[in-house]
Amino acid sequence: MNIAVCIKRVPDSETRVKIASDGKSLDAAGVKFVMNPYDEFAVEEALRRKEKAGAGEVAVLCLGPAAAQETIRTALAMGADRGVLLQADKIPADPFEVAKVIAAELKSTSWDLILFGRMAIDDYNHQVGPLVAELLGLPCVTAVSHLEIEGSKGVAEREIEGGIEVVEFPLPALLTVDKGLNEPRYPALKGIMAAKKKPLEVKPVQVGGGSLDVVALTPPPERKEGRIVGEGAGAVPELIRVLREEAKVL
Amino acid sequence: MSKVLAVLEQRDGTLRKVSFEVVTAARRLSSEVDAVVCSSPGAEGCATAVAERAKSGGYGAVVFAATATGRDLAPRVAAKLGVGVAADVTDLTVEGDAIVATRPVYAGKAMQKVRVLSKPAVVSVRPNVFTPDAQASQVKPETLSVASPGRVVVREIKAAPAGMLDVAEAQIIISGGRGLKDPANFKVLEELAKAFGGRAAVGASRAVVDAGWRAHADQVGQTGKTVSPSLYIAVGISGAIQHLAGMRTAKVIVAINKDKDAPIFKVADYGVVGDLFEIVPKLTEEIRKLHG
Repeated sequence: MNIAVCIKRVPDSETRVKIASDGKSLDAAGVKFVMNPYDEFAVEEALRRKEKAGAGEVAVLCLGPAAAQETIRTALAMGADRGVLLQADKIPADPFEVAKVIAAELKSTSWDLILFGRMAIDDYNHQVGPLVAELLGLPCVTAVSHLEIEGSKGVAEREIEGGIEVVEFPLPALLTVDKGLNEPRYPALKGIMAAKKKPLEVKPVQVGGGSLDVVALTPPPERKEGRIVGEGAGAVPELIRVLREEAKVL
Repeated sequence: MSKVLAVLEQRDGTLRKVSFEVVTAARRLSSEVDAVVCSSPGAEGCATAVAERAKSGGYGAVVFAATATGRDLAPRVAAKLGVGVAADVTDLTVEGDAIVATRPVYAGKAMQKVRVLSKPAVVSVRPNVFTPDAQASQVKPETLSVASPGRVVVREIKAAPAGMLDVAEAQIIISGGRGLKDPANFKVLEELAKAFGGRAAVGASRAVVDAGWRAHADQVGQTGKTVSPSLYIAVGISGAIQHLAGMRTAKVIVAINKDKDAPIFKVADYGVVGDLFEIVPKLTEEIRKLHG
């Protein structure tokens, strides 16, 4: 089974966001970058599918700056076979431009499965996976939290508001995966050593500017300073009062 | 701005609440709004029908809900139209002839303002943000017939247990963290949620989801759901930065925690310090009286 996993290098979720001097982007100084957490589920799922099939290849694809080689190496250390970095220093805000570059690279190989994380925790788009599916003309299931594959047919579960949708799809297909699908493995020392020798191809790419022009990046609106209404169960009547009279939410 | 196409959602033949929010958001952009809904579920077939309609109608914008369905549908329609998507938007304005959208990024740790230059602009709006006006609830959408369901076939929808709301859409969320000490203790939060009479959902911190106490669907935070309820009650949650990012857009935040120095109190409008196992049942009792 040949599987492509598309991953992204993002700031760690514990990052405190500082705005850069251009007023439009993140100040990356001192920020720790990691593999997008949802992409870890995608890498893990690809490895398990390949192990189960007993043959095939797991290729990892990443659009990002030169430093994203490190992110690809993490996936290689988990067990992926090879990596491709589509190198660009600036990633536009428009997910369609990102999707075009990734689709162009994926087109040259025939994949049984293409996996993405459900979303990236930096730009929160949830869009690149389905955009790529549309560009490649592939069936697509988003936010997959349970997956069964038999031969060239798959059954997936995805969370929708207030329930779980069960869908059937033919392979090849593109899936975006959610937390809960599996438990990603930690790269073992042996894997980390092996990853250094695995092929990692770097291809410079031109990414278009797209149709979303970032005007500003600003801190979220400050919340008004709150207060402690009291201690213990005795404070509950006062809490109820302020929620009704001040906040007017009850 | 020229006409706007609002793409609504229904389940079991009934429009979902978020559909009225989509109409309300669309009206921010234009006084002329056409509302449509697909005849059957399945994003592939629906995307074809919506894209055909969008192409034929000369629309300035196409507005979706940023729900599980809309996040799937919007990019497919956008790709068919050859344009991008401004996804998960929390504010929309028209400046000159361009739409300016505000989107929370880094799970709400920053707000990104983008000018959408494409024609049409494809936008998805976050649930619970655009309060539906009275007019919106009168909307009578046109049903787009879906010619073929597509290759991905919906076999079944397993409904969540009756009375359980999704945290992404609930007006009131009661979230629990490690302070609950044991998964069975979430019962106290479920009781409180019930006391709100079907308007509240129970959420969870990453710590308790990772520990397997609660389902991932309930997780609030940067690697879970970003929520904007009118009332968020954080119980036994210390307030890790990735959790705060996911709930700081709630209208009112209440924190109940035994540690008076817990970071959660920094974002809470109202805090109660003490033993949650004494405070929450008392709160449940008082809420029941209000709704009794």
